[in-house]
Amino acid sequence: MNRLFKATVTDNKQIKKDHYLLTLHPFKKINRPEPGNFFMLSVDSSLDPLLKRPFSMHRWLGFDFQILYRVAGKGTGILSKRRPGDLLDVVGPLGNKFPVAKTHDKIILIAGGLGIAPIFSLAEKLKKNKHLLFYGAMTKEELLCIDELKSLGIEPVIATDDGTLGYKGVITDILKKFLTQNSKLKTQNYLYACGPKPMLMALSLLARKYDLKGYMALEQNMACGLGTCLGCVVNTVDGYKRVCKEGPVFRIEEIVWE
Amino acid sequence: MGMNLSVDLGKLKLQNPVMTASGTFGYGKEYSEFVDLNKLGAIVVKGLSLKPRQGNPPPRIVETPAGMLNAIGLQNIGIDNFIKKKLPFLKQFHIPVIVNFFGDSISEYIKAAGKLNETKGIHALEMNISCPNKQEGWSIFGTDPKVTFKVVSEVRKVTDLTLIVKLSPNVTDISLMAKTAEDAGADAISVINTLTGMAIDIKTGKPKLANITGGLSGPAIKPVAVRMVWECYKTVRIPIIGMGGIISAEDAIEFFLAGASAIAVGTGNFINPEATMDILEGIKSYMSAKGVKSLKKLTGAVRC
Repeated sequence: MNRLFKATVTDNKQIKKDHYLLTLHPFKKINRPEPGNFFMLSVDSSLDPLLKRPFSMHRWLGFDFQILYRVAGKGTGILSKRRPGDLLDVVGPLGNKFPVAKTHDKIILIAGGLGIAPIFSLAEKLKKNKHLLFYGAMTKEELLCIDELKSLGIEPVIATDDGTLGYKGVITDILKKFLTQNSKLKTQNYLYACGPKPMLMALSLLARKYDLKGYMALEQNMACGLGTCLGCVVNTVDGYKRVCKEGPVFRIEEIVWE
Repeated sequence: MGMNLSVDLGKLKLQNPVMTASGTFGYGKEYSEFVDLNKLGAIVVKGLSLKPRQGNPPPRIVETPAGMLNAIGLQNIGIDNFIKKKLPFLKQFHIPVIVNFFGDSISEYIKAAGKLNETKGIHALEMNISCPNKQEGWSIFGTDPKVTFKVVSEVRKVTDLTLIVKLSPNVTDISLMAKTAEDAGADAISVINTLTGMAIDIKTGKPKLANITGGLSGPAIKPVAVRMVWECYKTVRIPIIGMGGIISAEDAIEFFLAGASAIAVGTGNFINPEATMDILEGIKSYMSAKGVKSLKKLTGAVRC
């Protein structure tokens, strides 16, 4: 199946200061994206920015889908100005997915900042399972989807760097506290995480210390998203692997952080 | 209207002039959902060496205005793995498979070329003497005419396949390098590889690429590439494969007019995975509108 398609913007809503929720209507039926999958989006047809940008799937609406993004540079700045009716070129869904085995009934989800975008889609998929969500952000204003999480019946454990909501501190420290206080949590738990690099590095250490298994979704600059440019590699115990093809979801213990 | 799009590269005949640039199309399979590979002029696969190479540490790519810098570092699966795992897929298509290859020494170039020459299903070789992302004085293969002559003529001795030499733009006089490749026995030249560039993150004060410098590609380099094709065309008789920032049929036609017999799409594949087919259709429309019956008539037809 040819995964290149055109999509119409049906909504592009500013939900926080720098955060937007984009809803796209594909011109053709696309493969159902799974939590962890991503799309390459052209923000416009100019030569600058030149390349498509990768965005993880946030919500699948049956035919349409949503992308949650933050204005971080020129490309996302242009994207934030796209209006309903505008057309975008998209390739996807791409990459692997969070491999959730049915036997993992105890799951801990960890999201940092915009890492909530794919973690939310996983939470939505797992709704019948018992799981805990640890969600950290710099400040209260950067916490997203709280109401939507509540409507899924999820009450996240929250931490903010500045203490404006939930615990004050980084989310991995709060997770560590929970793990030391609640020995039951340590056994038979699977971690599923997405967030900024420092969070994932701290999580890797924590997972090693408490012998926890799990997966994390990584991000990296990429040109094609199809496995050919070899631009998006990360270092693993088995050598370099492509975030777009072997990832973006990797086993926690497989990533070698510099 | 009968239109002749065929191209001759040494012994090799292409059905049309649209090729893929090495390193931007994987081993073909990755793009087969977007492009009917049988419709390409030829497929050029990711550069191969005798042994697998893991390449440079990340970050390896960074976008720049109308272009991108890459410092992949020639990561590849090695010739043996290519023959075992990738070539069988390509054999089902009737278009030429061109293998881009390189070595760390003249003897490695010879060994690699010899091995590829014996392999069924490979129709031409493209010698990479010009990757900007290798260390240890490797650039002399593509920048010192004496060394270029030596390595190309030695490879020429071990292969009777069409031999294409991919030239570096990071030289003072590209036509001298083109002439050197021709004199050493090359059947065609690819013009150009990427231009060495650099980008710095002003917040951290550090280079954006782990390798510090990388190769610039994309529309930003197109005028440089067109000029270099034109200079080579005035100097050599062997065919030129033009490349460097081609993303549309209009770009491709500029290269033909400057002197290219065929063209390769590189970064354009990343922007639009169907770019090669869109460009091929656009070339046909242009020829039809201009009443050009044979593509060969366009080569070098710039009116200076």
